[in-house]
Amino acid sequence: MAVSEQADAAKVALWNNPRFRALLSQAVLIFAIVWMGYEIVTNTVSNLERQNIASGFGFLENTAGFGIIQTLVPYAEDSTYGRAFLVGLLNTLLVAFFGIIFATILGFIIGIARLSKNWVISRLAAVYVEVFRNTPLLLQIFFWYFAVLRAVPGPRESLSAFGLFFLNNRGLYMPAPVFSDNAYIILVAFIAGIFSAIALRWWAKQRQIRTGQQFPVFISSLGLIFGFPIIAFFAAGMPITLDQPELSGFNFKGGMTMIPEFASLLLALTIYTASFIAEIVRAGILAVSHGQSEAAHALGLRVNPTLRLVVIPQAMRVIIPPLTSQFLNLTKNSSLAVAIAYPDLVSVFAGTVLNQTGQAVEILLMTMGVYLIISIITSMFMNWYNARMSLVER
Amino acid sequence: MKSKIIPIAIGATLGLMATSASAATLDDVKAKGFIQCGVSQGLPGFSNPDDKGNWTGIDVDTCRGIAAAVFGDASKIKYTPLSAKERFTALQSGEIDVLSRNTTWTMTRDTALGLNFAGVNYYDGQGFMVRKSLGVDSALKLGGAAVCTNTGTTTELNVADYFRANKLEYKIVAFEKADEVVQAYDKGRCDVYTTDRSGLAAQRLKLEKPDEHMVLPEIISKEPLGPVVRQGDDQWFNIVKWVHNAMLNAEELGVTSANVDQMKSSDNPAIRRLLGVEGKFGSNLGLSNNWAYAIIKQVGNYGEIYERNVGPKTPLGLARGLNALWNNGGLQYAPPIR
Ligand SMILES: N[C@@H](CCC(=O)N[C@@H](CS)C(=O)NCC(=O)O)C(=O)O
Repeated sequence: MAVSEQADAAKVALWNNPRFRALLSQAVLIFAIVWMGYEIVTNTVSNLERQNIASGFGFLENTAGFGIIQTLVPYAEDSTYGRAFLVGLLNTLLVAFFGIIFATILGFIIGIARLSKNWVISRLAAVYVEVFRNTPLLLQIFFWYFAVLRAVPGPRESLSAFGLFFLNNRGLYMPAPVFSDNAYIILVAFIAGIFSAIALRWWAKQRQIRTGQQFPVFISSLGLIFGFPIIAFFAAGMPITLDQPELSGFNFKGGMTMIPEFASLLLALTIYTASFIAEIVRAGILAVSHGQSEAAHALGLRVNPTLRLVVIPQAMRVIIPPLTSQFLNLTKNSSLAVAIAYPDLVSVFAGTVLNQTGQAVEILLMTMGVYLIISIITSMFMNWYNARMSLVER
Repeated sequence: MKSKIIPIAIGATLGLMATSASAATLDDVKAKGFIQCGVSQGLPGFSNPDDKGNWTGIDVDTCRGIAAAVFGDASKIKYTPLSAKERFTALQSGEIDVLSRNTTWTMTRDTALGLNFAGVNYYDGQGFMVRKSLGVDSALKLGGAAVCTNTGTTTELNVADYFRANKLEYKIVAFEKADEVVQAYDKGRCDVYTTDRSGLAAQRLKLEKPDEHMVLPEIISKEPLGPVVRQGDDQWFNIVKWVHNAMLNAEELGVTSANVDQMKSSDNPAIRRLLGVEGKFGSNLGLSNNWAYAIIKQVGNYGEIYERNVGPKTPLGLARGLNALWNNGGLQYAPPIR
């Protein structure tokens, strides 16, 4: 059979061979795409040349010449544009990272509150969602920014707590840790704490399976994770000291500062995104069949453990994919920062640097590339987490 | 409300990728019937819309002059309000035909950005504004201050230079839109507001209590502001350049919007050339011969434009100073029409 079929195929003209035709059409498509890409690149280069616009990536080594208000890595006016790119990128990552954490926590609380049997709580949660989901984010950013600026006093009337923290409309001033040489011991102790907590958890689980007895894993893990570094801190002779902010001239010097631009952007992104996450969480919980919680109640589990051990783990499978898109949205929305002078990547690099150098093509390619990479990494992490969650399913 | 820089920049990128943008702006402009003029988002005295959307200001009058010269009708303009950050990309990409937006002529902009500056319609310099209650009388006492300004400006760079040169610390708070700078400064986010001194005079009017603020004496930079065009179109460059020169020559020769009709029969050959009675100066620009007549009749000479928009009798109240004509102790000096 097989032999004769092959012989048949050989007789068919090459042109009518489905495999050949499929390959041919793929090849033509690839060729067309490559050719188009080539045309776009050469055309762009010649247009830039004709218009006398500088091109290439050499500008990254030129001196930036402008100041940036918040820098996580050392940066000064005589640093390069490449350095400014890094500063902007880290500022974007900073606000996105904390935004994602806070929005997730707040979103879960609101989402669960919306399903509360308490009428007032569930109504309040519903109002929250409707208000923040249905007004433009940019307006919310402005609202929080100017609300924050209005609510706090000027530098000379700063609010202070314990003489360590100071709040005024230039920012929140906090003591900063200063590490001396042997401070790394504390980090080592911290990591050791984490590992022993993991080991403890494993041991407690084995024991519970064997004997049925429970062990207070959470409390003891906390003790290990924080206890080790604290012991190390004193054993190493207190290698961390505090640099305290002090009033001098116009404002506080020293310590760490959280600028109001960061605070209000973080606040706006958190509150806005949490309203979407709340809806996702609500939908996820509602998707878990009612029989599950009834069964849990029948087994004698109270409301809280039912939610934590039965409902949420199953709801997570529904929640995670749309949650990922909210994380991506939050990261991309952080680019509205420029409106309130937060120096994120778009503001510093696709804004100031683009304006100073005029190299729109290179700078936009780099900026879009960065957002693409951040998005891909976030998605990959969430996909990994999702896969892990669904494995738990029995 | 949403920031336009990304769409514009992407548009520009695509524009640079795909088009072979036609070089002859004059033909394009004539074909579409109006001039697309890039202006600020609202800077009194320079380019500012009223509640009906009518634009006024000396930068606006430059555009009106170009429209008068090209179409014989100063109203054939459409305006594109641009933030400092967006403006060059908008010009490079061909979204606007001319940028007339208190833009400083610098070497980088002139050489690396593919742009040409067609003259200086306002000689300015950067200054600082502070609250009187701060009790500061010199910029040298601003060490440690928080400074509000616009992104994408020379201002941002000058202030960095100035504080660095004087070994003073500062915190820069840079917004994209001028309105946010004003608001943040007014709400006390910054001790100092810095920009071109003309800009300070204009933005001060937007503060809640303008009288509680003062401009410090230091002038920390040279800010020659003027209209900008794309490189590679000499004809259009010439037109914009000579519209400005015609306004200056008219003032120097005493030709005003009020007397321009009588002046047509003047015996002064320089006036006769300016108004197209003698010679073919308009056609060398690719325009009609009464190009300058139309500018002066409909928009006025430089002095009229100055007094109307920013002069001592306006809310900005700026003395002519550097912007007086050369024969009056100023810097404004136009090459002759001959
Ligand atoms: N001349 C400077 C600064 C120009 C600038 O953008 N100034 C601000 C502050 S006066 C402004 O025009 N704002 C008005 C607006 O953005 O609409 C430059 O060319 O870079």
